[in-house]
Amino acid sequence: MSAKKFRIADLISIKGKLDLGLTLVAGAAGLDKVIKGSEINRPGLTLAGFYEFFAFDRIQIFGLGETAFLHGLDDARKREVYEKLFSYDMLCCIFSHGERPDDIFLDFSEERGIPVLLTGLETTRLITLITHIIEEAYSPSITLHGTLVEVFGIGVLLTGKSGIGKSECALELIERGHRLVADDLVEVKRLDEYLLMGSGSEIIKHHMEIRGIGIINVRDIFGIRSVRNRKRIELVALLEEWQSGKEYDRLGIEEEVYTILDVDSPYITIPVRPGRNIPIIIETAALNRRLKKMGVFSASELDMRIQNWMKQEGAAHD
Amino acid sequence: MTEREVRITSNAGVHARPAMMLVKEAMKYPCEVFVIKDDIEANGKSIMSVLGLAITPGSRLLIKAVGDREREAVERLVRLIESDFKDL
Repeated sequence: MSAKKFRIADLISIKGKLDLGLTLVAGAAGLDKVIKGSEINRPGLTLAGFYEFFAFDRIQIFGLGETAFLHGLDDARKREVYEKLFSYDMLCCIFSHGERPDDIFLDFSEERGIPVLLTGLETTRLITLITHIIEEAYSPSITLHGTLVEVFGIGVLLTGKSGIGKSECALELIERGHRLVADDLVEVKRLDEYLLMGSGSEIIKHHMEIRGIGIINVRDIFGIRSVRNRKRIELVALLEEWQSGKEYDRLGIEEEVYTILDVDSPYITIPVRPGRNIPIIIETAALNRRLKKMGVFSASELDMRIQNWMKQEGAAHD
Repeated sequence: MTEREVRITSNAGVHARPAMMLVKEAMKYPCEVFVIKDDIEANGKSIMSVLGLAITPGSRLLIKAVGDREREAVERLVRLIESDFKDL
């Protein structure tokens, strides 16, 4: 688990697809509180007076029901309810559906430093997005040395010693219409426990260093279709110098795996030798991966055919 | 394995030129060299990797080397950084 801390302020500042459209209306003093997990709490039972199992240290979500309940109380009762509610150091309160709490609620939260946020989103959507955001923020991550490319829709992580030609291979792949995700420094996150998402460092995004030329901007040279920001890693290819004594996979019936953050990815070793066209091998490996994903295993199928044929031939002999 | 912590004192941070000097120096040694910032480990022999760390002024770095002549490599790199990329 990374030591990263995700604060309430971070939740507000998210832009783009995951923008929650949150507006802070009270309790700014608590914005630096750290959100510890993706679980939320609907405080309906709590408002009704049931304080056992009150998960106050989570994000409290007030939907239409909770808000309607509060609005139905007279001021004296509200004070009573809030007095109890705000005796707990709640993480923050979010009101969905564009609802807004009453001023007494806001006074209490301002005084206790508990942020109150409003959003126009509906409750279910809000909860889904919050879960997604927090889980991604706390997902385990690692930085790897390699080049991540998307080849025929498959995310291929090229690894190998520096100078083996990862970047050159990626360049050739880009030229053939594939895409660069990250060169040299690949940040990998494990999402949903089983998939690996790779991306590049924000600051050097889509740049590459090619020996002899220097630093190039792939997006500027090859255009927008040559790059993408992140891609799931589905194949790991190690490029290594051809070692004459070493046995390389000749059949491809058995699959090797490469483990990153406890997730196994198919792993191939490609011996590099002058005159070997590495990009086309990577392309073929990616296509073969796609076939396998669709349940077609070329090597095993050929083997089955040969075995069947031999059986028939053998029977004809008897 | 040898490692040492160093702080970036230059007020320009590690931009292209200092990154190149750092990488060039690292390349002189046969050992593996890593530059680590905020738990992100960059390959000290790769320009893009080092630039990708976004080493801003005041950052704390950990210089790590593994292999032949690792002590020497770490010492030289730390000296290079401490001298504000002037000592070569």
